[in-house]
Amino acid sequence: MSFSPADWLAMALHFMALSLMAVGGAVSTAPEMHRYIVQQRHWLSGEQFNASIALAQAAPGPNLLFVTLVGWQIGWQAGQQSGLQASAWAAAWPWLLAGLGALTALLSMLLPSAVLTYSATRWLARNQARRSVRAFRSGLAPIVIALLFATAWVLSRAHPEVHQPWRLWLLTVAATVVAWRTRWRLIGLIAVGAVLGALGWV
Amino acid sequence: MNTSSPSPTTRLGPRSPAQLFWVCTGVSLQGFGGVVAIVQRELVERRGWLTPAEFAEDWAVAQTLPGANVVNLSMMLGGRYFGLRGAAAAVAGMLAVPALLLVALAVLYGGVSSSPAVQGALRGVGAVAAGLIAATALKMLPTLRHNPLGPWLAGVLAVLAWVAVALLHVPLIGVLATLGLASCGLAFWRLGRAGAVPAQARGVASQTAPAAPHPHAAPPAAESREWP
Repeated sequence: MSFSPADWLAMALHFMALSLMAVGGAVSTAPEMHRYIVQQRHWLSGEQFNASIALAQAAPGPNLLFVTLVGWQIGWQAGQQSGLQASAWAAAWPWLLAGLGALTALLSMLLPSAVLTYSATRWLARNQARRSVRAFRSGLAPIVIALLFATAWVLSRAHPEVHQPWRLWLLTVAATVVAWRTRWRLIGLIAVGAVLGALGWV
Repeated sequence: MNTSSPSPTTRLGPRSPAQLFWVCTGVSLQGFGGVVAIVQRELVERRGWLTPAEFAEDWAVAQTLPGANVVNLSMMLGGRYFGLRGAAAAVAGMLAVPALLLVALAVLYGGVSSSPAVQGALRGVGAVAAGLIAATALKMLPTLRHNPLGPWLAGVLAVLAWVAVALLHVPLIGVLATLGLASCGLAFWRLGRAGAVPAQARGVASQTAPAAPHPHAAPPAAESREWP
């Protein structure tokens, strides 16, 4: 994979467009991001993409931060193909590009929606009773929910190399039911998934 | 601040953007698999910076506008107290330290990613994460019952959107431009047909919030919003 300045721009623009489409949270854009970054541009493998989401889910903080890791990995790979002579500079290069990728992805994903939301919330707060405002809110509700289900679907089907995917599906279904029906700590569920995986059960 | 039952003088709030930054950092660092629950506990129950009604209202808005909902929520909160500086402080608090931590974790992971145990652990976490997202969606599902679209229409639209994105891999913009627009248009029409709904009948405002936060959160009047 060679990564030109045009590719950097394309990446930034893609995240900026996603930012404005991210109703229902950044993670609801994951299917679209996957389609573009993995399937269309081949910047990352499906495994790398899923690892980004899984790590971000496992770590504290908003799920939006998974784009930081997507950018980090794209930048890191770009840095690997610099063709520089072996030197301290060449060793630092992938780290620099990875940092740049992370920052580019996060800020591109953040700023457009932040500007829009900051101004829109002021306006919405003053016009809550308007029919158009209420139609906007309630009209998007079913779409937002469907996007969350689609994200769960894409994530749960992300392991083509696994021999027994049914065990992973079972774990997903079990996690769904427990998180839905109980008030167990979510971090506990994540830990159970990590242990089951580390022991090779899923 | 003319509506909340505690007298305006007892109104609590962050003292400075810096305090807001650190409180948001703390909230974010506690938020494994979803920061919303922590926001509710920390900012509403412990600190009283938002009333439950305000939280429910803000959350519904934060959820439907583009962007990470927690980021949107912290931006609204920061903006209310300190304007643009406050919004920036709150968002930076939510993101800066957790982002550094996450990158550090990813680097560590890069060093061990070939280990089968680590691969397996990530696979397990990924499967659980998919479940947590599905559960969030399931918790939001009952809110469609009170949607002006009606449960059936809302359900059909949701299924169509799911099929388009999950099975047919339609780009998101295409789904929003067709189904999203149609859905908003239908909602607009239904709201009009239902007649003029008094501004106080505000069940709608909280309907997009997951897990029905504070169903008793009675009309949070628009006037309670205070922007600098």
